[in-house]
Amino acid sequence: MRRRYLALKIDSNETFTSREFVSAIWDAVLKLYGEYGASQTYLALINYDIEKNHAILRTAHTTVDMIRAALASIIEIRNKPAAVHVLKVSGTIKALHEKKKL
Amino acid sequence: MKRTYADLHLCPDLRNDEQVESVIKSASQLGYSLIGIPLPQNFPEEKIQQLKNLCRGNKMDFASRVDLNPKTSKELIRSLRRLRRQFEIIAVTCKSKQVARQAAKDRRVDLLNFPFHDPRKRFFDKAEAELASNALASMEIDMESLLTLAGRSRIRFLSSLRREVTIAENFHIPVIISSGASNELLMRKPRGMAALASLFDLSKLLSIDAISKNPRAIVERNREKLNPKFVAPGIRLIRRGEDCQKR
Repeated sequence: MRRRYLALKIDSNETFTSREFVSAIWDAVLKLYGEYGASQTYLALINYDIEKNHAILRTAHTTVDMIRAALASIIEIRNKPAAVHVLKVSGTIKALHEKKKL
Repeated sequence: MKRTYADLHLCPDLRNDEQVESVIKSASQLGYSLIGIPLPQNFPEEKIQQLKNLCRGNKMDFASRVDLNPKTSKELIRSLRRLRRQFEIIAVTCKSKQVARQAAKDRRVDLLNFPFHDPRKRFFDKAEAELASNALASMEIDMESLLTLAGRSRIRFLSSLRREVTIAENFHIPVIISSGASNELLMRKPRGMAALASLFDLSKLLSIDAISKNPRAIVERNREKLNPKFVAPGIRLIRRGEDCQKR
């Protein structure tokens, strides 16, 4: 299975734990695509920087657009207004860091 | 050529300068190069200039827009006659079938907006599309509704959008995707907006066009028409002869 890594930025006045963040993503994916769709994403949180509000998410390359839509549909995390933006997408974590530096 | 993205419907509270500034700044950071903000009909020219300068400071272009909410088609015609030459974009919120039909066939209307989520109150059907295809109006979809709705109402809304987008495609009506965001947390990156459009089966290419090529085409077409040198589509005044100057 080919994978894609997504660099994310969480935009909010609040800070969230990684558990709360992942839970918000899963909720969004489940709401939009159901359990069958969610099972195809192979979603995993690779890194979460609570200070910078940045995160790295891994998914299957076939479901990048699904995850983009699910992330864009998030308007709150733990009932607090929030938005999640995809900064970069890459096939390896190393390339993702290089792209982020550019 | 690199695509440039546009969001023609940002709705900050214009009385709150701080909010206006933060929304414009966010739009620039998210990667938009052209934005439109609906203005009141009697909005002073110097304030429009201030908004343009603010956008220029954030390396963006600003298009003035007015949203019309007429109750009857006569009211719509009156408003169009009065406002067409004052604003770069005219959007009509179609709250009745009569208004929707008049807006679709009037060449002075740029955007058709359908505010209701109830499928029975959405008037974009084949007859509407037929009229719009002979005029210049595009169909605008605000993503704010999609983001804020939940459960069954979102399901119904997505079904309506899917049907309407298919009709628009069949009749070659351009679709415009806007955020309709009143604050920066409801704004999304252009690619995020395109991904959301996949929820109502708008293809990737068409959804990217809906946030780049289509909105820009409307603004460019209207700017050309509002230019004093414009005579008719394809005809521009290049230079005045001496005879003309004497008169």
